[in-house]
Amino acid sequence: MKRNNFLYRTFRLYYDGFRDMTVGKTLWAVILIKLFIIFAILKVFFFPDFISHHARKGQESQFVSEQVLNRTTPSAQMTPRPVKPRLPGSR
Amino acid sequence: MNLLDITTATIDWSRAQFALTAIYHWLFVPLTLGLAIIMGIMETCYYRTRKIFWKDAARFWQRLFGINFAMGVATGIILEFEFGTNWSNYSWFVGDIFGTPLAIEGIFAFFMEATFVAVMFFGWKKVSPGFHLASTWLTGLGATLSAWWILVANAWMQDPIGSVFNPDTMRFEMSSFAKIALSPFAVDKFFHTVISSWIIGAVFCVAVSGWYLLKHREEKLAKESIKIAAIVGLVSSVLTVLIGDNSAVMVSKVQPMKLASMEALYHGGNDQALTVVAAVNPFKQPDYEKVREAPMKVGVPDGLSLLATRKIHGYVPGINELLNGYTLPDGTREPSVEQKMAMGKKAIAALVQYRKGKKDAVTKKTVMDNIKYFGYGYVKNPRQVVPFIPVNFWAFRVMVGIGFLLVLFFIVDLFMVYKKDISRYRWLQVVSIIFLPLTYLASESGWLVAEFGRQPWTIQDMLPTWVAVSDLHSGSVALTFFIFLALFTTMLTVEICILFKQIKKGPEHTEKEIVKVDA
Repeated sequence: MKRNNFLYRTFRLYYDGFRDMTVGKTLWAVILIKLFIIFAILKVFFFPDFISHHARKGQESQFVSEQVLNRTTPSAQMTPRPVKPRLPGSR
Repeated sequence: MNLLDITTATIDWSRAQFALTAIYHWLFVPLTLGLAIIMGIMETCYYRTRKIFWKDAARFWQRLFGINFAMGVATGIILEFEFGTNWSNYSWFVGDIFGTPLAIEGIFAFFMEATFVAVMFFGWKKVSPGFHLASTWLTGLGATLSAWWILVANAWMQDPIGSVFNPDTMRFEMSSFAKIALSPFAVDKFFHTVISSWIIGAVFCVAVSGWYLLKHREEKLAKESIKIAAIVGLVSSVLTVLIGDNSAVMVSKVQPMKLASMEALYHGGNDQALTVVAAVNPFKQPDYEKVREAPMKVGVPDGLSLLATRKIHGYVPGINELLNGYTLPDGTREPSVEQKMAMGKKAIAALVQYRKGKKDAVTKKTVMDNIKYFGYGYVKNPRQVVPFIPVNFWAFRVMVGIGFLLVLFFIVDLFMVYKKDISRYRWLQVVSIIFLPLTYLASESGWLVAEFGRQPWTIQDMLPTWVAVSDLHSGSVALTFFIFLALFTTMLTVEICILFKQIKKGPEHTEKEIVKVDA
């Protein structure tokens, strides 16, 4: 391969760049650990897609329809605040 | 547990988790956007003068940019996870709208950023100075374009235009890509958010430079950096104020309840004063129905009318007018919340019939005629549509107050760095450092106003939080909240340690090299 062709020079850009990193090595380690935690642990164990897990394939809109159209206001929000009686002379 | 009952705990933990992850994400993004400008200017100075000092300065700020960039990577993706898990109904409703902007953000902006950031860091000795300079600016442009599409998505949540609800798919579907991508709300939000991020970059630069001056180190770097950052900061601060003014006009048109809560405007009318400060209890929703106005209110006469309507005597509805209905300037009547609730219930009832199979034209027309107030059909008490006033009121004041202080700060800094020997004024360096967390506070407060002010809606008027949220046990949401809290605290600590280490190390000084100056 000719050493001045575009692909080779692009390869050398990345190869030499990664090889000569200083603080970059630490940053890449942090990035890779973070990505592993986010995608391999959090996404898999804690953030499943709710609709895919509960609705049959092709029935997603029906599932959402049931969820949304039968949803009521949570009971704590429905209770009106009690009105305190005003004392004479109070603002 | 009945699958269709949602507890307030589930809603509150889901909201808290989204707020935590969004606030954390927003610690990194504005510094990326802001430092992109600083490093671009520094490298432009190098390109024009070929002085090694500017190359070293550019490489130093690029190193700090890189640290922040690396720490910010993937903090945004967590928000998308939460859409799919905690906010699944909302995610389904908006999927067709959000899909395009987020896909464009990922494919176009991310690849642009990723490509040119590699050239920026690795290419100093590999590419020409001109191509390297272009790569530095294109890295910043990529990040900025990325912000555009995210802000388009958020703007649509505040003002859901350019879309039509499809009762067959239970989704909002895009009717006009241009209307969504270029909505006035999105354009205004983009400029306000991005330019305010440049302030953070400028303050960061001034704060780090101030620290060097306090330590009697890197004096030339510090002074030259302050000169550039103070100009960027002053211009950005003034522009942010002007665009923020336009934002208020936008909000008064499409989210008048948000404006009323920002101002603690319980009863509106003509000639409304702009509240500077008032004794709004930060921890308790005020009794806006019984109290005429917030106590100890200090205001600018007619200021709110001018800000919101561009007319000194303009009409601005207060919370009670918005709840009870009022006459608009054009003579038409804005319905009361109870009237909107009735229309919303009609929409829901018709949609129920439609979904059960009664797909005739009359039923569909009833759905579509009342869909504008669909979300109100889930409201049981009109007070539910009033956001928590104290958060909006005080967050707005924090943002605006610090914003105006920043204008003054940059004026003083510019004067001192050009007219005086700034290194002799240690108090100014200390103030510079103090302004860094204050500016972050202002920036985060702006997002509090934007998002808390929209409550209880996930999509303005269309989908309240208690309908948008997934039917999850609150314990699982609380668990992930604390996992994120621990993870983010650790990551933030790591970033700050790496940043401090590199700042302490200072810039790397290039050995004198022979450079060709273009004729």
